[in-house]
Amino acid sequence: MLSRRLFARCLSSRRVFSTLNPVTDSDVTHFTRILSPSSVLSTLSPVSTPHDELDIYNTDWMGKYRGKSTTVLKPKTTEEVSEIVKWCHDKRIPIVPQGGNTGLVGGSVPLKDEVILSLANMSNVRSFDPVSGILVADAGCILQSLTDYVAPYDHIMPLDLGAKGSCQIGGNVSTNAGGLRLLRYGSLHGSVLGLEVVLPNGTILDQLTSLRKDNTGYDLKQLFIGAEGTLGVITGVSILTAPAPQASNNVILALPTFDNVVPLFKTVKRQLSEILSAFEFIDRTAYNLAVKHGQGRALSDEDVEGAECFILVETSGGRREHDEEKLADLLEHLLEADKPLINTGVLAQNPAQFSSLWALREGVTEAVSKEGKAYKYDISVPAATFKQVVDTTRDHLRSKGLLNEDAVKHVLGYGHVGDGNLHLNIVAKAYTPEIQAALEPFVYEIVASHRGSVSAEHGIGAMKTHALPYSKTEVSIALMRKIKELFDPRGIMNPGKVLE
Amino acid sequence: MRPSPSRLLNILVPVKRAVDYAVKIRVNSSQTGVDLNVKHSMNPFDEIAVEEAIRLREKHSPSTISSIQAITIGPPKSIDTLRTALAMGADSAVHVELPESSSSSDAASSSSPEPLGVAKTLKAWIDKQQQKGEGGGGKPVDLVILGKQSIDDDLGQTGQMLAGLLGWGQATYASKIELDVEKKEAKVMREIDGGSEEVRVKLPMIVTTDLRLNEPRYASLPNIMKAKKKPVEKLKPSDLGVDLTPIMETLKVTEPPKRVGGGKVESVDELVEKLKEHGFTAV
Repeated sequence: MLSRRLFARCLSSRRVFSTLNPVTDSDVTHFTRILSPSSVLSTLSPVSTPHDELDIYNTDWMGKYRGKSTTVLKPKTTEEVSEIVKWCHDKRIPIVPQGGNTGLVGGSVPLKDEVILSLANMSNVRSFDPVSGILVADAGCILQSLTDYVAPYDHIMPLDLGAKGSCQIGGNVSTNAGGLRLLRYGSLHGSVLGLEVVLPNGTILDQLTSLRKDNTGYDLKQLFIGAEGTLGVITGVSILTAPAPQASNNVILALPTFDNVVPLFKTVKRQLSEILSAFEFIDRTAYNLAVKHGQGRALSDEDVEGAECFILVETSGGRREHDEEKLADLLEHLLEADKPLINTGVLAQNPAQFSSLWALREGVTEAVSKEGKAYKYDISVPAATFKQVVDTTRDHLRSKGLLNEDAVKHVLGYGHVGDGNLHLNIVAKAYTPEIQAALEPFVYEIVASHRGSVSAEHGIGAMKTHALPYSKTEVSIALMRKIKELFDPRGIMNPGKVLE
Repeated sequence: MRPSPSRLLNILVPVKRAVDYAVKIRVNSSQTGVDLNVKHSMNPFDEIAVEEAIRLREKHSPSTISSIQAITIGPPKSIDTLRTALAMGADSAVHVELPESSSSSDAASSSSPEPLGVAKTLKAWIDKQQQKGEGGGGKPVDLVILGKQSIDDDLGQTGQMLAGLLGWGQATYASKIELDVEKKEAKVMREIDGGSEEVRVKLPMIVTTDLRLNEPRYASLPNIMKAKKKPVEKLKPSDLGVDLTPIMETLKVTEPPKRVGGGKVESVDELVEKLKEHGFTAV
């Protein structure tokens, strides 16, 4: 079954590449004419860069995906990008657009020998309006540098994620990155106001407007958000930044039963309203692992006793006193209710404790990797089913005789309740075909039964193309193919990604 | 039968509201101090002091330590710091209230009294408790635990001055405290250059805390709620007959010079050349 699927994937990737051509010496010569010498890295003559210098572009950061590209181009302007794409279009040379290369699904590395088009040299802020908070920047700007750029104006980027020191805004938009601020500021489909895109034939599509409102026909930019570079190359982004919160607080609540999570979310949302900025779920197994591997300081034994799961609530707002009062009222309400939804909890008293409480949640990822080999599923399902999904998966593994110290050690769940995004992790002693076969398509089928998403925030890339049908109907996928065909009839843009 | 008063201990924990250590401090425009309009929290060394007092109670029978009282000297907002101490487990608190400094960019001096003033105030409070006596509702202090320094002015003198004014023994920079209630003495491990030193001191005494003494606990929600109902006594410095007028004057506060970025060198020779240029030579 497994090998048959692999075989099918090989076939489809062969089909995708059958009409495409590799880069030749004469192409490289052409590239050196249109770009400055430092912008062309190629193992082919006349440039002849050593192979190992291309490794970081050919490999993803986890070392899971490896391409065999001979040529990396690092244009400095949109016009240069356009020239490159035009040439590749004429010569039917496939292109992989690459940002910070921090993705988790292999979307930014070549499958074969595509040209890598790195946006790293396009890293200028084009404009920032401190009144409206609208930032216009080149696609290659690193997220952290943009955060630093707007900070003196008391603004923050509407997204934040672990890879912020390396990931680029163009890549963030292309993958529709989620992250920690999504609950508060919404997805990039809302905060991106305009894009500049080089289409697969080299035409520059300038939609780099700074309008909050613009109902004039089809909203084309939305197609490029999350297209993972299959419809064109994003070269510029206009994005709405948010006023920086002046005060932040957080609290970890210990719940006697998972059934209280959804009612708690309702209560918290109602009482904290605009200052609620995170509502994160950690099940007991995930908490125990985080503590075991030294991620953040544990709560006292008394506080965790009888807790089935934990919720981390973060607030951020404009006035400390106001926020603290609101939070205090909520906590009092929760503790003094006739049937309390929570056992107890702890409230951070200072920024050190604030970070320590966050570390208990954010450190789960690291704790899991220290504990063993992890099978990670980033799925969207209704918040009320989080526990059921984790339990069903665990029971399934047990029924297959795989839940023991020598196979699967833990099945755990954590994630963003507010966004309906569950990180289902299966920690095993080693990666084995038996466990893989027990999990897939089992997990995808559970997701499909809840009409969920097989990839909530990580994207499809090269890793999940086969799983797309679990989240999208045949009609949707057929329409996606037509859109791909319309934008990129020659199929040169990031072939083999998103759609098989 | 009531246990004899000599076997009960009262602990006083002075705490200070300080700019949080995670805040990036900025010098104010008039160069008289730092911008105080930022997140404040309990001075971390004082937090360790509160934690230690509570751990001493947990270690000995609860009735051995009859009271843990937190005290602070500061503007109205210092009440938050006392509430934190109460939420961690102190029983009661005293707030010697100072007026809010006239503007937030004002020099730290008006809101943050000097060590000598603080030590005199604490002495006055301790004397008052002594005079009232156990029978008169006072809590004669046997042990004062406080931070070795506060992280805002870094003066690090209060504990020592208080010991001097009271004529009590002191164990500074404590990394371990063992209390012998029967003998009314404490064995304290002190952090010193290159190692540690163990001292035995008779009660009443002063202990100043160092970083390794303990790791303060989180304040749990039920305890935060209880803390709201615990008593906080409010006083003015004049009630204790102390004058907190500063005797030091801050002339100027400036930021350290900005670090300049490094450069790349092409060869070892060039590196050696550069080093020589900047006054580094081979030994």
